[in-house]
Amino acid sequence: MSFRTPLGRVRGLGSAKDGTHHWWAQRLTAIALVPLTVWFAVSILMLAGAERAAISEWLANPVTVGLLVMLIVATFHHGQLGLQVVIEDYVHTEAWKIGLIVFVKFAALLFGGIGIVSVLKLAFAG
Amino acid sequence: MAQFRLPPNSRIGKGKTWPAPAGAKQPRRFKIYRYDPDGEGNPRLDTYTVDLDDCGPMVLDAIIKIKNEVDSTLAFRRSCREGVCGSCAFNIGGTNTLACTSFIADYKGDIAIYPLPHMPVVKDLVPDLTQAYAQLAAVEPWLKTRTPAPERERLQSPEDREKLDGLWECVLCFSCTTSCPSYWWNGDRYLGPAVLLQAYRWIADSRDEYTGERLDDLEDPFRLYRCHTIMNCTKTCPKNLNPAKAIAETKKLMVARQ
Repeated sequence: MSFRTPLGRVRGLGSAKDGTHHWWAQRLTAIALVPLTVWFAVSILMLAGAERAAISEWLANPVTVGLLVMLIVATFHHGQLGLQVVIEDYVHTEAWKIGLIVFVKFAALLFGGIGIVSVLKLAFAG
Repeated sequence: MAQFRLPPNSRIGKGKTWPAPAGAKQPRRFKIYRYDPDGEGNPRLDTYTVDLDDCGPMVLDAIIKIKNEVDSTLAFRRSCREGVCGSCAFNIGGTNTLACTSFIADYKGDIAIYPLPHMPVVKDLVPDLTQAYAQLAAVEPWLKTRTPAPERERLQSPEDREKLDGLWECVLCFSCTTSCPSYWWNGDRYLGPAVLLQAYRWIADSRDEYTGERLDDLEDPFRLYRCHTIMNCTKTCPKNLNPAKAIAETKKLMVARQ
């Protein structure tokens, strides 16, 4: 039983003065992913069945490496931002909510990191 | 977790079927949600038959007729009967709208009438809107200035006044807010479309001098950014307003001041 007024409950802890960056980053990565994903899909289709030498040559091009790194960063950043919102929407047990959000963020960092290192390894070591 | 099924005491049981009026020329059935907080048992769906030959054209006319002539225990809010007071908002035929501006002829078959979704029910079709009203009060929906009040009226150009069209017409029926899944799951912190439209009505007002402070108070992952552009609000608004656009304009201003 709480004797707090409805207005007191609604005003609560006040505004977090945050959220715009999160929202804007999600929109920007979404827009970036459209051309990057199309470029990646077309490139992979064109390389289908190619020899390792041809793929190494493709990966030796700095433009390819740059675009691949951008694709990986945008994908995992966009993914973790979106999953954070889904978790905040539906998971209302505080411990589960914080745990899941931290898990998603670390997983995105880990897999994104593995992806970038793999691209650089292929680019530099062939 | 978010609750996807109604709690056991809210699940709707079979209700009473009231006898049709004798000699009805144009009988039409209304299935109306009933809940008595003082009685035992769950909510139920009662069936009433109204002779449309002897009834006004609006859904509200039929509900008033039922209360007057068939079952006086039916509780609902209504006042102006012409779409300006926002009292008679119900979920009619699966859509939140005002009963007084909805033609019976626009519905096919039996007409189902429930209270606005996902709000605590006081009785029958009367929802408890305490939370929504407190949220409205929290955005301080009145003109705020630092400049001392002028001797005469505060001037506004016709162009600036035009920016308020589509905002001032809101009658605060909360059809939009209670149609929003994001409000269903997080209504304790998300302000909902009706209140965000009201907040933007003052943000967009050229005479108001607290635009920045108003944006400060809205800039919050829950208060504003729980809007996921689902668009139920715009689809359901009985006044044909566009709360989703007001929210989008607010987000644009948030980015503009970065």
